[in-house]
Amino acid sequence: MNAPNKSGWKPEMGAAGETGARPMTSSGDAGLALEEPLIFELGGFGKCGVDFDSEPGEISPALAKFARSAPVDLPGLTEPETVRHYTRLSRQNYAIDLGPFPLGSCTMKHNPRLNEAMARLPGFADIHPLQPMDTVQGAFEVIEQLADWLCKLTGMEAVAMSPKAGAHGELCGILAMRAALEARGDAREVILVPESAHGTNPATAAFAGYRVENIPATKDGRVDLDALKSRLGPDVAGVMITNPNTCGLFEREMKAISDAVHAAGGLVYCDGANFNAIVGKVRPGDLGIDAMHINLHKTFSTPHGGGGPGSGPVVLSARLAPFAPIPFVRRDEKGRLRLIEERGAKEHLPQTFGRMTAFHGQMGMFTRALTYILSHGVDGLRQVAEDAVLNANYVLRSLEDVLDAPFAHAGPCMHEALFSDDDLPEGFSTLDIAKGLIDEGFHPMTVYFPLVVHGAMLIEPTETESKAGLDRFIGSMRSLAERAQAKDESLKTAPHYAPRRRLDETRAARKPVLVYKGEGVPPGEPSLSEIGGS
Amino acid sequence: MRYLPLTPTDREAMLATIGASEIDHLFRDVPAEALQPGPIEGLPMHASEMAVEGHMRRLAAKNLSAADAPFFLGAGAYRHHIPASVDHLIQRGEFLTAYTPYQPEIAQGTLQVLFEFQTQVARLFGTDIANASMYDGSTACWEAIAMAGRITRRDGVVIGPIHPHYLMTAQTMAKFTKDEIRALSPALVADAGDDAMIAMIDDKTSCVVVQYPDILGRIPDLRKIADAAHAKGALLVAVVTEPVALGMLESPGALGADIVAGEGQSLGVGLNFGGPYLGLFGAREKYVRQMPGRLCGETVDADGKRGFVLTLSTREQHIRREKATSNICTNSGLCALAFSIHMTLLGGEGLDKLARINHARAVAAADKLAAIPGVDLVNTDGFFNEFTLRLNGHDAREVAMRLAKRGILSGVALGRLYPDALDLSEGLVVCVTETCSDEDIDALVAALAEELA
Repeated sequence: MNAPNKSGWKPEMGAAGETGARPMTSSGDAGLALEEPLIFELGGFGKCGVDFDSEPGEISPALAKFARSAPVDLPGLTEPETVRHYTRLSRQNYAIDLGPFPLGSCTMKHNPRLNEAMARLPGFADIHPLQPMDTVQGAFEVIEQLADWLCKLTGMEAVAMSPKAGAHGELCGILAMRAALEARGDAREVILVPESAHGTNPATAAFAGYRVENIPATKDGRVDLDALKSRLGPDVAGVMITNPNTCGLFEREMKAISDAVHAAGGLVYCDGANFNAIVGKVRPGDLGIDAMHINLHKTFSTPHGGGGPGSGPVVLSARLAPFAPIPFVRRDEKGRLRLIEERGAKEHLPQTFGRMTAFHGQMGMFTRALTYILSHGVDGLRQVAEDAVLNANYVLRSLEDVLDAPFAHAGPCMHEALFSDDDLPEGFSTLDIAKGLIDEGFHPMTVYFPLVVHGAMLIEPTETESKAGLDRFIGSMRSLAERAQAKDESLKTAPHYAPRRRLDETRAARKPVLVYKGEGVPPGEPSLSEIGGS
Repeated sequence: MRYLPLTPTDREAMLATIGASEIDHLFRDVPAEALQPGPIEGLPMHASEMAVEGHMRRLAAKNLSAADAPFFLGAGAYRHHIPASVDHLIQRGEFLTAYTPYQPEIAQGTLQVLFEFQTQVARLFGTDIANASMYDGSTACWEAIAMAGRITRRDGVVIGPIHPHYLMTAQTMAKFTKDEIRALSPALVADAGDDAMIAMIDDKTSCVVVQYPDILGRIPDLRKIADAAHAKGALLVAVVTEPVALGMLESPGALGADIVAGEGQSLGVGLNFGGPYLGLFGAREKYVRQMPGRLCGETVDADGKRGFVLTLSTREQHIRREKATSNICTNSGLCALAFSIHMTLLGGEGLDKLARINHARAVAAADKLAAIPGVDLVNTDGFFNEFTLRLNGHDAREVAMRLAKRGILSGVALGRLYPDALDLSEGLVVCVTETCSDEDIDALVAALAEELA
């Protein structure tokens, strides 16, 4: 782009104005639609937004050979510049706080602010994981209380609290299964996974050294029990089933699946990503499962934070409880809470498969989840599941006449409604509907997943959407479906009103630019050390 | 209920639209015997915000928080002052309540932050590239070991005196993979064991894993180990648990590390009793297709404007399934944001200053502590902000517990981390950051002298 003259006027501005389009601005911003450069482009080299109490010392002579020759080549910004940079960037994001976020299998529900306030109490946020145990009894009590809720809500024997996210929880469950099988001298080789499973399932099984085979689905979107039974045998370590599944359907035959797998000497892992549909209504333990992770950042409202942190405690059956990872919290004979680590494990959990992370789990997520659970109570959690399922069915029945809903004829869905691109006219795709939703002011649904449906659109409204909000969303979806039927070409270039148009992902992958490679300290800019401090 | 917008009237109207007469008709696929007839027994009912807050505050009050005691714990989790603007900014709903940026047109805020974060981490580590974060340092460490195995197609792993939780995490994974781990146990001596590690490298070694500074606060000679590893076709994986050290010490990448895994909790995140933390992960660019985790890359949109997207996802589980480089999905996005904001406030110059303040305070404290009769400083070859004391004739774990009863959180006793190593039981790892005042240090010195007298 040419540098503007003193008035900021550019020839193309007038041209745009004359044709009736909105005029360009010299800054690149447009009213409240604000562009923001990278921190490396804000002239921050040599600056600092932190004041210090004491003077820095020199590196001790013993370390001289390890000393840096110059400070790390990174810009610093003062507080006003920093606050402005990140605030301006934040406005380029869609978020639950701005509107519905109906990503199927992601459970983007409202994140209560009491959770945030409680997690920041210094008694939780400012304690060290290796403090003497007598100084952190309240923290252990949070873990104990949350663990008790999770066991009772799922009807399971034990819970491993340390996994850091859903996929880490899957790994925990699979490692416990593997340890249990090896303990009886029967390691086995294969894990069966339905085609509709999340990608983490096969990736986890492979990471734990198993070969992965697919289980086919029936025409009504569920696990094909007969096909599963015929594949079971002495080489099958177990299955990984999502229930409710990613088509938004409850696996009616779950108990029969579990029984068949157990009869063949295998174990049953359940992906608990969709627990929100049944929390307080169904206990997975009653369906014969051996291990299930619970995404605290889905069902129990801890924030997604733009991609984490999550937390994935794993509930375990009596079969698998002896093989749980360390550490865990236990009350001693005097009623004091103790963290059982490597030493205590020899006495209290001799068959543990070991440690899978430093320290003892996502404490910050535990405080948030416990706060949420206590707020809802067992009655409120049941209402959560009912409203989540009600909202999804309302969306399903309000859209099934304009979009193909492959399993709608067979009955209700659970907490998410699945559509395909079958009813879209030639030349229009699921992606166009998704990008059109962005222009309508909504986050798109999950697209092209599950893989068992062509051009899948998976909509999970969650229980925290109001009826009025859902009606607006449904109105937009119907409008988009109608525009596609009318072959409205403008849909194919959507979004038109987002901070960016469609991005060139091929270019990003073909020649990856993963770090900023511009200039470091611009020439002529003295560094802080040269001008003698701030 | 304050989080549920549907009214009874709404529910009735919606059921009518659906064509169901009651809510359980929507749960008809659940076998009757598995459907709970009412609230699950033995659990409390809903509670007001005021009541829940009271409950949580009572639990929090049972803990001794770091701000309320002279505080000297480190060993993988460090207490630094976090500027107030960091927590303000990460609580903006647009960051806090966004999902993984799979729809880049409306996630440029998160994506640009990740691109800036990746650049900050790469420059701090001295690596060509970095990813968008892992769960924490320990899981980043074993992901680095797994990545080295994919690159070298070897299965021997030599591990130096790293944080024992990191080692045990790697050992757990090795039980289920073909990796053969040989680990060097630390001893209460100044020598960081460079030569011993080098002697363990052979033609089957995939990587050498070296913590910098190590679990006792010693500084290994990464260049020397890197040269030895490379001579045998092995990679050097450097592990950094205290990134502030890199404000002062030469970066692992510049010293020859091929992969650098770290814990980013020191900057912006806080102690949080062990989590959530922030896994940092950098590597040479030529290994990018073997990297685990999300990567954010620069591109342009349909109008030619610069923008950012998640890229190279053909490495990842949601595309590649059982052939993915890792099963990781959710990472530590919000912690990466906190780290990035704190780093932006500091800049290279501020990080340099912060590091040298930490170092100066730690050196001063170590001198005073080592002057106590019966106390020896192990790290006579130097340290950054963390050092190990030998409390001759005392179990350091007992001493730390007695000091805690006096309201002083004195350090991490090695007996807690190495329950089976009797030779380490006299070791106390003490960390001194900018948050430790002169009064705090004097209180520790006086109390320790009394306990040992």
